[in-house]
Amino acid sequence: MSVRSEPFVGAARPARRTATLAGWLDRQSVFSWLMMAPPLLFLAALVGYPFCYGILLSLQDRPVAHAGTFVGLKNFATNLHDPLFWRVALNTFVYTAVATLLKMVGGLALALAMNQQFPLKNLVRALMLLPFIVPTVLSTVAWMWILDPAFSVLNWLLVLVGIPKPGPSWLGNPLLAMVSIIVINTWRGLPFYGITLLAGLQTVPPELYEAATIDGAGSWQRFRYVTLPLLQPIILIVTLFSVIFTFADFQLVYVLTHGGPQNATQLFATYAFDIAMGAGQLGLGASIALTMLPALALLIVALTIYLRRG
Amino acid sequence: MVTGHGPVERLVRVWLPVSFFLVLALFPFYWMAITSLKPNSELYNRHVMPLVLHHPTLKHYIDLLTQTSFLTWTWNTTLVAVISTGISLAFGTMLAYPLARMRFAGAGLIATTVAAIYLVPQPLLFIPLADVINRLGLGNTLTAVILTYPTMLVPFCAWLLLGYFKTVPMELEEAARIDGASRMQTMRQIFLPLCTPGFISAGIFAFTLSQNEFLYALIFLTKSSVRTVPVGVIAELIRGDVFYWGQLMAGALLGSIPVALIYSFFVEHYVAGLTSGSVKG
Repeated sequence: MSVRSEPFVGAARPARRTATLAGWLDRQSVFSWLMMAPPLLFLAALVGYPFCYGILLSLQDRPVAHAGTFVGLKNFATNLHDPLFWRVALNTFVYTAVATLLKMVGGLALALAMNQQFPLKNLVRALMLLPFIVPTVLSTVAWMWILDPAFSVLNWLLVLVGIPKPGPSWLGNPLLAMVSIIVINTWRGLPFYGITLLAGLQTVPPELYEAATIDGAGSWQRFRYVTLPLLQPIILIVTLFSVIFTFADFQLVYVLTHGGPQNATQLFATYAFDIAMGAGQLGLGASIALTMLPALALLIVALTIYLRRG
Repeated sequence: MVTGHGPVERLVRVWLPVSFFLVLALFPFYWMAITSLKPNSELYNRHVMPLVLHHPTLKHYIDLLTQTSFLTWTWNTTLVAVISTGISLAFGTMLAYPLARMRFAGAGLIATTVAAIYLVPQPLLFIPLADVINRLGLGNTLTAVILTYPTMLVPFCAWLLLGYFKTVPMELEEAARIDGASRMQTMRQIFLPLCTPGFISAGIFAFTLSQNEFLYALIFLTKSSVRTVPVGVIAELIRGDVFYWGQLMAGALLGSIPVALIYSFFVEHYVAGLTSGSVKG
């Protein structure tokens, strides 16, 4: 993983220290575990314990403010027989797949556009990142107003170019509502892709392009056979990150549509929230949230392996 | 990469795509700003051209600051963000330093666990966590979020700092050890002062993530006096089906300013952290 200092430092350590308390504390393993103990205990208490407790909850019938009764896999069976649950699964899949694809293609286009010389480039790059850094809930409220049924500025523009009044009902139509949350998720995540891929592009040695040009490659071929293969590792990492956090997205949908209309934009996270916090069925809610686990676990393991290697 | 293109080609290759992305990125903020400055008579009149401001007014800002608890929410948000960022940097360092510098059994396992926890999204944990917070009697206290935000931020800071720590050369620490400094002294007096840029990067990310957090705040904070800006805006400026768009946009804009301001000071650190390949998107 990294270069270790120990052989050198160990050799220099005065021998007498090992017998004393200070010497004991100076041992690498003792020092390390004492140092890591507080954060590890903290994470065990507030991540590890809730995680295991969540699995236990999912096996219980547990109305809020009541004691739970163990029901085995009944909650999961209930979900499998619930058409709404399958609708939610499909919604989550479509949302994740389309938004990720748009962010990947759009982000690549953004990175290529930004990887050219033009004045005020650093300022433009800083401004481009604003959608990513501003609190999601607050920018989503702005989008809600842009898509307002009565006073949508988007529809005002569309009417100008000839769409019949009053224009589409963005958040009232099931299909358009899905389109809206996908577009807004893309809007928010695009700069992250763009700026990360831009950093990748800037590491491509110019000689490679020159060599390809001498060999007669056009700009598409240079992109396809030089840029893309070199960017592949970064694209993979960014995409894994993006898939994990799009798959488990909550705030954008909660604010914009509450999962509506007619559950057309209900995702796993918002549905679990409605069942657990709205209907007070903690056990059933936990089972819905845990349904995300197998897919997430695969992604998390893949990305963890990748990050640990990098 | 661009070599001697004519003005037309330059327009097509540079200016059109860059302006497209820039307008797309910034329009919602422009729309926030001008909506917040329009009087209601202009806001809800379909015969007025909406893209520009005709009669600017600060009424929505004055109403927001005097008739709602917005200032309280801002204070709460800042307090929570500062404390949880501090906790996360301290705990993150305590994890990252041994992982970056020490050789001990189990280091690989700990590093993997930290990376995995960092990737666990909140919706997987919020239901059991809500029950835990209730049983601890922490509902409707800022302590509830000050304790839970670091569950996301500690692994995140640890991971980002670990990457940074490995880039710091070890000669100074080795010299200090030869001079007889203990490991603790070496870390605190020699190593940590060298890592300021890493702490700034991790700190800005932790701070913006705290300001952005919504789900835990929504569940744990249901009283106006303890709410944070995102939850307060959603829960109290949207009253039933009535939207106060002017106030909402004023709130959204004011709520974004602290993050945008911090970001603008440290934009290079932010981009450096972002592109180190270890940040959530």
